[in-house]
Amino acid sequence: MRRLGLLAAALSLTIAACSGTTTPGPKATTGGEAATATAKSRLTTIKERGKLICGVEGTIPGFSFVDPSGKYSGLDVDICRAVAAAVFGTSDNIDSKIEYRNLDSTARFPALQNGEVDMLSRNTTWTISRDAAGGNGLEFAPTTFYDGQGVMVSKASGIKKFADLKGKSVCVETGTTTELNLASRAKEAGITINEVKFQDSNAAAAAYTEGRCEGFTSDRSQLAAKRTGLPKPEDNILLDEVLSKEPLGPVTVNNDSAWFDVVKWVTYGLFQAEEFGITQANVDQKLKDPSPDVQNFLGVQGELGQQLGLSKDFMAKAIKVTGNYGEIFERNVGAKSPLKIDRGLNKLWSKGGLVYSPPFR
Amino acid sequence: MSPNPLRSQTRLAWIQKNLLNNWFNSLLTICLGCLLVYGGVGFCHWALKSAKWGVIPTNLPLFLVGRFPADQYWRIWLLAVLLAGLSGCTWGMLASAAPRLFSPFNLVAVALAALTMVLFPLPEGNGVLVRGTLLALLLLLLATSWIAYRAHRGRPALARWLSPAWGLMFLVGFWLMVGGLGLPAVSSTTWGGLLLTLFMSLISIALSFPFGVLLALGRQSTLPLIRWLSTLYIEIVRGIPLIAVLFMALIMIPLFLPGNWRLDLVLRAILGLTLFTAAYLAETVRGGLQAIPKGQYEAASSLGLNTPLCLGLIVLPQALKISIPAIVGLFIALIQDTTLVSIVGLFDLLGMSRSILANPLFIGRYAEVYLFIGIFYWAICYAMSQGSRYLERQLNQVK
Repeated sequence: MRRLGLLAAALSLTIAACSGTTTPGPKATTGGEAATATAKSRLTTIKERGKLICGVEGTIPGFSFVDPSGKYSGLDVDICRAVAAAVFGTSDNIDSKIEYRNLDSTARFPALQNGEVDMLSRNTTWTISRDAAGGNGLEFAPTTFYDGQGVMVSKASGIKKFADLKGKSVCVETGTTTELNLASRAKEAGITINEVKFQDSNAAAAAYTEGRCEGFTSDRSQLAAKRTGLPKPEDNILLDEVLSKEPLGPVTVNNDSAWFDVVKWVTYGLFQAEEFGITQANVDQKLKDPSPDVQNFLGVQGELGQQLGLSKDFMAKAIKVTGNYGEIFERNVGAKSPLKIDRGLNKLWSKGGLVYSPPFR
Repeated sequence: MSPNPLRSQTRLAWIQKNLLNNWFNSLLTICLGCLLVYGGVGFCHWALKSAKWGVIPTNLPLFLVGRFPADQYWRIWLLAVLLAGLSGCTWGMLASAAPRLFSPFNLVAVALAALTMVLFPLPEGNGVLVRGTLLALLLLLLATSWIAYRAHRGRPALARWLSPAWGLMFLVGFWLMVGGLGLPAVSSTTWGGLLLTLFMSLISIALSFPFGVLLALGRQSTLPLIRWLSTLYIEIVRGIPLIAVLFMALIMIPLFLPGNWRLDLVLRAILGLTLFTAAYLAETVRGGLQAIPKGQYEAASSLGLNTPLCLGLIVLPQALKISIPAIVGLFIALIQDTTLVSIVGLFDLLGMSRSILANPLFIGRYAEVYLFIGIFYWAICYAMSQGSRYLERQLNQVK
């Protein structure tokens, strides 16, 4: 027994020693990756491999799921497809060039950092602690969906704005930032709201359905998804007020500018295409467009693509696969989908939204 | 479920004697009966009126084989044909001791299966073809079992070919699923649903069994190093939750692998499940080993058997027989644990269902989908426990 005890002590020492040496590990690895990054970008790896490995959530309505024919589908998935089309310079059979990896919220960052996936496109909120080198050390590409906490009410209740919730009861999932946001927004608005708390969001939604509360609060994309599951979806509306900021977008690792720039500019390109009015259907005709900006953008002239390490018509290929940002939005979560999420902040900047691309020149 | 002691008694009398023999039992029976009827009516009302079952037939291929390429489905069908044939042979041979091959219970089960095949809603299109093939599979199963039953009575030596046949079956099945050697390759990332759940469970069971037995023997070994290492392994693995093991398989393994070397995801999950189950299995088998009286070892060595022979011929057969119920319990737990693999990004039956439920067209169909896959899990686990009970009965008969 005593010897065993000694053994155990020795073992725990070894483990402690190991963990001691591995604590600075992540930084050391990041440094190592930085060193290899200058030598070889992930972009090169992806081209050599011939496949893009894209981390998605896999179970979020409208953002990523598997459709009955076995194909991945959704807004997040379309970003992966656009990036793949740009990287491989082709619009044919793009799904065979992407490997999707389902990652839950605990697995997403480790999987990205150890190179399991090339990029994340899965409802990840852009925050400083995730972006900073001392935090998660990630790179956030432009936001592809400005989500935010919202409130759903029934049309019959007559509630039109957040202040109308005064004295009303609102179903909320407990232990989340959702709950805190609701309380602080109510305080700011100087109203008292009767919070009805539930352990999980499904229970909260069910209680709202049964009429136990006048309102139901959660992220707006979640509310829209929950609404389609209600007996009469059209009798429920989302209030215009947004209670919190949840900018969601694609993510890559730090210290690999070549690859990050590709993801970033393909995403911007989708925005820019909407601004130019280039769609999946008319992209081939737009190649003949006389505007020099459009010609640069589609790679008819100039060498914007080569500067990124891609073919010059990379955006033309991407748009051929997914269409512009507006099309992606409407098809997956917007008016043409069962979710019917209003574009809100996700409108183009020229139409009062936040979707804005720096110039392609 | 004790058998009816008085067979001459009518069912009515049996009910009277067992359920309504005094006022308290009568009250209990009536109350519980009402509850059952109430629940049953509620369920039927839901199932027939408010449930929207369209999600099941539309996504049936996803539930069964995941994202396996549709133009390669014939490989799965071929696999099913081979499995049906071999299962039939096995059944027929194992049942050859019984006076009748098709007991009333079996016939009812077969009839139910056939009824399900005919009535189950299928996706639009080639419904007739699929139903026909399924019925043909069932017929094949019955035919081969009948042939094997007759053949085995004539030539009992045939049973010896059963294990090699299953081994070969495994290789052929693996080839059909993975491809290569003339077939187009199918990436394991497209496997999913029931196919993946069964594949992972079967491989993990097949691998963890020998590994677990070795560990159990190692822990009993007289060589200190082997004993310590086995004990260390068992205690460490049993102290870690499976979800942590799977998580490590996702996060840690890539760190040990050089450069762009990537280990297949399914392989990683199987590795995690196997290593985990083996530790538990080792302790179960050790329990069996300790139940063997010392006299058995002494008798074996007095016959001049060395340690491997003593273990292989005398001790292990008895120890394993004792541990069958516990081992099967472990394997059933393993099958249910495969639902955790969605953490490494795999689409097992449960993971697939969650993804299907995220389709905006099928939001809110939780009850329908989970009930449907629950039936699958139940059927697999029930079949396993029936199989193990059968095995136990067979082994006890020999004694």
